[in-house]
Amino acid sequence: MTSLRFHIRFPENKIKEPIIYQIGHEYKVVTNVRRADVRETTGWMDLELTGETEEIERAIDGIRTKGCVVDPIELNVVE
Amino acid sequence: MSKMKALVCRECGKEYPPKAIHVCEMCFGPLEVKYNYDEIKSTISRKKIEQGPNSMWRYIDLLPVESTAIIGPHAGLTPLVRAKNLGAHLGIDELYIKNDTVNHPTLSFKDRVVSVALTRARELGFETVACASTGNLANSVAAHAAAAGMKCYVFIPADLEAAKVLGNLIYKPNVVEVEGNYDDVNRLCSEIAGEHGWAFVNINIRPYYAEGSKTLAFETVEQLGWRTPDQAVIPMASGSLLTKIWKGLHEMQALGLVDQVRTKINGAQAEGCSPIATAFKAGRDFFKPVKPKTIAKSLAIGNPADGYYALKATAESKGAMDAVTDEEVVEGIKLLAQTEGIFAETAGGVTIGVLCKLVKQGLIKKNDVTVAYITGNGLKTQEAVVDAVGRPFRIQPSLVNFQKTFKMGKNGGGES
Repeated sequence: MTSLRFHIRFPENKIKEPIIYQIGHEYKVVTNVRRADVRETTGWMDLELTGETEEIERAIDGIRTKGCVVDPIELNVVE
Repeated sequence: MSKMKALVCRECGKEYPPKAIHVCEMCFGPLEVKYNYDEIKSTISRKKIEQGPNSMWRYIDLLPVESTAIIGPHAGLTPLVRAKNLGAHLGIDELYIKNDTVNHPTLSFKDRVVSVALTRARELGFETVACASTGNLANSVAAHAAAAGMKCYVFIPADLEAAKVLGNLIYKPNVVEVEGNYDDVNRLCSEIAGEHGWAFVNINIRPYYAEGSKTLAFETVEQLGWRTPDQAVIPMASGSLLTKIWKGLHEMQALGLVDQVRTKINGAQAEGCSPIATAFKAGRDFFKPVKPKTIAKSLAIGNPADGYYALKATAESKGAMDAVTDEEVVEGIKLLAQTEGIFAETAGGVTIGVLCKLVKQGLIKKNDVTVAYITGNGLKTQEAVVDAVGRPFRIQPSLVNFQKTFKMGKNGGGES
């Protein structure tokens, strides 16, 4: 089992959707929100996903497919 | 008692031992170094600093290392140049350029942060260091690792320009070209940092690495005769440099080395990658990530890790932020070169361009003691100005031809 940490951003039209709930049902991963800021027009959350590495990768692709942007928890590290 | 008290979460305040960790286990917020200021205060003084080495390591009491076996002992203490010509051009009485174009050994401010990062990494027992970079950071990590005899991995996008790859290969690190775009390189490096026991200078060593930027504030204050400037103009990529200069100034105040800090901190970005400056101008306390498109590649971080904290520091200081076009970047580079004889890389053009704007807007005034931070050498980004500097005069090898070209008489005189 692996735990990886991500920073997820939601566009305005996805704010109301229960995306993290859906991801927990569609993939064999445990979702654990540690910090978040969701407003009327924008939102982000710091999320931990635990599971097999390949399943986490699939879950990340799933979050992207739903219209969110997924970054490492460190944001940009290429300087 | 160690001068380093702990690593502390910038969000929830939870403390951790000062090891190679960078994210709070509770809230995933970033960690930074917390010091025992009472203990430092009992030993530090202006005199002690002035008698220290001729490098940024004269401020070792305020840097997160425990030993004196320094990697990069010559970094920092770069000139603070009184820019009379540029000041006169802009109408500022007391303008200074903090000139990190001549930082040792790789001609950018990154030598400061990397020197701290590698010194701390070796203290923590690491033998391998790594970074993800498209330029200055890779140069500096590779050079310092070579000098320290440490193993080094540098991750770069596969489509990076040949000249920049060469600048790393000369030090013989393991240069890894990652196929894919910037985001792919970014994600991979984060994952490698999590999986391998390496010191990734700007990932798991970041709390220590970032502290090296404070030395720009310390040196400025000392070189100004133990005064803080009224205005500082600072280029922003991740936003870390700006926040650490702000932190450094306040540390000096807390330790009684300077009086009340009244410095206005001003952030500079290129319009093609200005998430922080755009948020500031819109009055937002959060930024929207962007896809960078600018010649100022050393500032091209579209999703900056310290963007939020840079916004906060600038607001606290009552400073400002602005952005300039690529054309203004080139004009800024030329203006600095032609008035002060300093050839800056594109980030320097951003700083000078924004300095000009802030003066024009009346935000920096004639009597303000102003410091502009120039963070890298122009020889590294010559492609940015190659079409903007004109051509040499071409003449036949004869005295007559030379004098004719420059409209000179036989005994000299005259101008072209």
